Amino acid sequence: MTVIRTTKGPEYARLMGLGVARGEVTVTNDDVAGPIDSSDEWIQQRTGIVTRMRAKPETSVLDLAERASRDALIAAGIEGRAIDTVIFSTITHPQMTPAAAPELGARLGCPTAAAFDISAACAGYCYGIAQADALVRSGQSTYVLVVGAEKMSDFVDPTDRSISFLLGDGAGAVVVGPSDAPAIGPTVWGSKDGAEFVRMTHSWLEVRDDPTTPFPTLVQEGQTVFKWASFEMPDAAAKAIEAAGLTPADIQAFIPHQANIRIIDQMAKRIGLPDTVAIGRDIVDSGNTSAASIPLATERLFRDGQVKSGDLALQIGFGAGLVFAAQVVALP
Amino acid sequence: MALSEKEVLAGLAEIVAEETGLDAAEVTGPKSFTDDLDIDSLSMMTIVTLAEEKFSVRIPDEDVKNLVTVADAVAYMTKAQS
Ligand SMILES: CC(C)(COP(=O)(O)OP(=O)(O)OC[C@H]1O[C@@H](n2cnc3c(N)ncnc32)[C@H](O)[C@@H]1OP(=O)(O)O)[C@@H](O)C(=O)NCCC(=O)NCCS
Repeated sequence: MTVIRTTKGPEYARLMGLGVARGEVTVTNDDVAGPIDSSDEWIQQRTGIVTRMRAKPETSVLDLAERASRDALIAAGIEGRAIDTVIFSTITHPQMTPAAAPELGARLGCPTAAAFDISAACAGYCYGIAQADALVRSGQSTYVLVVGAEKMSDFVDPTDRSISFLLGDGAGAVVVGPSDAPAIGPTVWGSKDGAEFVRMTHSWLEVRDDPTTPFPTLVQEGQTVFKWASFEMPDAAAKAIEAAGLTPADIQAFIPHQANIRIIDQMAKRIGLPDTVAIGRDIVDSGNTSAASIPLATERLFRDGQVKSGDLALQIGFGAGLVFAAQVVALP
Repeated sequence: MALSEKEVLAGLAEIVAEETGLDAAEVTGPKSFTDDLDIDSLSMMTIVTLAEEKFSVRIPDEDVKNLVTVADAVAYMTKAQS
């Protein structure tokens, strides 16, 4: 009987190097408050955000991704041509096709790598890590580049009070490759029926059919999302710790998606993380950058000396879908 | 066993104290959540969710806006237990 041969890879995978890029322009709360009749005080008190970083008009989401990826390759100590899979998480690549990943691969010197985009919004980075880990350990890939990159500012409506004022632009990239020791725990992920909770205002077809229809932007039901994130996501995060065979006391850093500082604090409390755990709070300066927010917050913790290579970090992404993913990783 | 209004008030005061940093003794019946206790909409939702867990009750979103004072919430939750 003929049988198909399958591949088998190394037993473990790890994050090898991190790189990030933020939008070049600092946008203050006062800059966004006018059209939504808000204030610096209101925004800080409800969200923790003091500034968000937005890209210049001429900077594309691919440019941000390229900057982050080049630094990730340097940090990992590998050449672009060694990358055999490029996974690009984004919801703001303005062309439906082709995907952003093949062009990023071409820019980085790996023009023949397998390349595809993931649409998992603010969970996109953790979805990418889950896939990269599986690809390496199955022997399907050796070095996977995972990028979360967003130019959210292309899809904001300055008069929208629900989400636009939270959003910033940025990119984070990591190289995932083989490892001698376990360094990426199992991913706890899933979805929830709630397409209307965070979404585009309307579809492209409506714009086609009625040219007076405005350009689609993002909106959300803030209270519903706040409740889901604050009260259901801690369970997923706790399961990711358990799935990795660990307890909260084993974790050195908690790096959740940067949606709202009050969600971050509530989650940390409910998971029962010890006070010694470093918590990613880059939202204060960078705003909510969707798929880029976890790697950006990770970089910030490194820069502030709050974490070091090898520390165990619990990361969790959650957002439009609704979708979520959590895993424990050893920091690169 | 259903809790009495007094017990619900004590439990609710604990939740409010934890969320806001206020002293539990300040959480009394006539106080308005927004005007007197300075609780914003996100804290109110957090408090309601924690109370739902603590007292095993369901408080639909449309009812939350009717819970203006602490006494309103205590009466609602005491009744909802049964
Ligand atoms: C967006 C968010 C800050 C809004 O706060 P909220 O407390 O839920 O706001 P509400 O819509 O309940 O409105 C509460 C009050 O603030 C006002 N308000 C709402 N949005 C406002 C804004 N942007 N600026 C100023 N005031 C605002 C409302 O008019 C209302 O006033 P009132 O009490 O006088 O009627 C909050 O819901 C949130 O952060 N949710 C989490 C969602 C998230 O992070 N999503 C990311 C998805 S990945």
